[in-house]
Amino acid sequence: MFKKILVANRGEIAVRVIRACRELGIPSVAVYSDVDRAALHVRKADEAYHIGPPAAESYLNVEKILAVAKRCGADAIHPGYGFLSENAKFAQACLDAEVKFIGPTAASMEMMGSKTRARQEMEKAGVPFVPGTSRGLESPQQAEQMAAKIGYPVMLKAAAGGGGKGMRLVHRREDLKSALEGAQSEAQRSFGDSEVYIERAIVNPRHIEMQVLADEHGNTVYLGERECSIQRRHQKVLEESPSAIVDPEMRRRMGEVAVRVAKAAGYTNAGTVEFLVDEEKNFYFLEMNTRLQVEHPVTELITGLDLVHLQIRIAAGEKLSFAQEDVRIRGHAIECRIYAEDPDNDYFPSPGQITLLLAPSGPGIRRDSGMYEGWTVPIEYDPLLAKLIGYGTDRPQAISRLVRALNEYFVGGIKTNISLFRRILSDRDFQAGRVDTGYLDRLLKCKPAEVKREDAGIAAIAAGLFAVLDPASVVATVGNVSANGRGGAGNGSAASGWKRAARVEALR
Amino acid sequence: MVYDVTIDGKRYRLELERTGGRWRCRLDGCEVQIDAVLTRRDVLSVLIEGKAYEIKRERTATDMLLWVGSARYAAELHDPRSLRSRKDSAGDEQGPKKLVAPMSGKVVRILVHEEAEVEAGQGIVVVEAMKMQNEIKSPKKGVVQKIVAAEGANVNAGDVLAVVE
Repeated sequence: MFKKILVANRGEIAVRVIRACRELGIPSVAVYSDVDRAALHVRKADEAYHIGPPAAESYLNVEKILAVAKRCGADAIHPGYGFLSENAKFAQACLDAEVKFIGPTAASMEMMGSKTRARQEMEKAGVPFVPGTSRGLESPQQAEQMAAKIGYPVMLKAAAGGGGKGMRLVHRREDLKSALEGAQSEAQRSFGDSEVYIERAIVNPRHIEMQVLADEHGNTVYLGERECSIQRRHQKVLEESPSAIVDPEMRRRMGEVAVRVAKAAGYTNAGTVEFLVDEEKNFYFLEMNTRLQVEHPVTELITGLDLVHLQIRIAAGEKLSFAQEDVRIRGHAIECRIYAEDPDNDYFPSPGQITLLLAPSGPGIRRDSGMYEGWTVPIEYDPLLAKLIGYGTDRPQAISRLVRALNEYFVGGIKTNISLFRRILSDRDFQAGRVDTGYLDRLLKCKPAEVKREDAGIAAIAAGLFAVLDPASVVATVGNVSANGRGGAGNGSAASGWKRAARVEALR
Repeated sequence: MVYDVTIDGKRYRLELERTGGRWRCRLDGCEVQIDAVLTRRDVLSVLIEGKAYEIKRERTATDMLLWVGSARYAAELHDPRSLRSRKDSAGDEQGPKKLVAPMSGKVVRILVHEEAEVEAGQGIVVVEAMKMQNEIKSPKKGVVQKIVAAEGANVNAGDVLAVVE
């Protein structure tokens, strides 16, 4: 087993990995950027080292991270997700520096990193694809021929793409040429590579992915699917397992394809094979994510396995201690990604200080969080604060536990998207499992149900009670009043903050 | 204690009087007995005739917000004896409006110059936070009186970015 593991990440996932290290009795090392000195992962790790300004010169800097590993004697690196986790050059640099990269090999990552190359390899392995080309388009004429063959609507996609960049949906032949030019130039600008390929567009698809795990001795298993159709701006928001539409037979077929994909790529460690699923439940290979996923906890809850423990054991050379037929799926799990976003302002990011944090607990609730009360959410990073996962015997119980927990969850000082999950979980289509990748946009176009506002009188009484029971805060309240006056001093609230702090100090 | 409380723009007269371990409370003349405990800073437990409420308080740069269940109320508290608060709260709807940063971030672009005429909802300043660029829009039709923000500067939530007259 490893002597010491460096965690090359931040936020909730760094905390998640550090906890796994602690459970396995392995010392953990955090690295942090200028703005993350007070971050939770630095507080939780056994050792922590500063590596520089965000993000290119810290969490994305291969040399600095490897230098820390060398200096502190870490013999393995867990990359988390994002940052360097799918960077084949980093995996190779770790190998060269004789530090074990907890993940697949550089060669597997490279193969899966290019969508067209992955497609060519996977076609050889007999993996089902959305009808289309596996090579970049050479001319508008070729695009027209292909589109006629596979049938409209078609989707143009950047080979190096991701996040919706370089993607165009085309319904008619006459729009194809300009869409192709647009996609190519966008791909060039975004990825430095103008290669674009064509596929049949699947209308209202579901996005369902399969978790795989492979040891370094040729054993590969699948651990069930995750339904990830609830997305906004191509960003997943809520995930669950199992999917409402996947029965044991479909799960077996998807799982076997996922294992074939992993084997064809010579894949090791934890990975995820993403599929598009059409309305007839046909599934098509989309891509492979060569890392631990944000949403891995739902799989952990329904399989009873700890994926990070298993990642570490696999990287240390251990054989998988179970076979495919030992994997049992039990119950239902749903994850909500709690983001620092303002639901009243088109989900704009909302960084700032967390002034009050009340966290839920109780039966069937798991919370993987990177925040704490008093911490200032920095502006430099992705707005994911925490993941709230509900588990139940069945889907309705998982939903009711999550709703209960969301009502207990309070994050003050910044805005979060907690209210969005109350909305989704109480929506009839969601409850019936009728979701696809367009679901959330449709839901957000509808006006939300009015929150009952019958307690204004209670609020008025509470305002007075706060003032008499917490006199130290009265100064702030008066300051607020003056800051609220439209022509009033803009500095009012800042000044009162200082006064408040002084009062609190004096009362200690 | 006597307070003028404004909740979502509506004014209430609140009188609180401690009687034993409880509070006699008159809200706009209507009297109730209340059992209240501050369970921790900014979290109040209130029992009114056996019905339980938990009220959470949030103090942002510009507002005091009170949460009862999942409903949020904007609250202002005035001591009616204080002249200052009475004067300050008499806001006026006319005149210059401030453009305030809704979140902390970095000013990446300024879209108009001082003295430019702008429409209500027109973008004035772009603030980047968490890898997203957000256009901060003019609250009214008018003339940009002053640009306070500088390109490249970091701003906090509540900071004034510009003034539109």
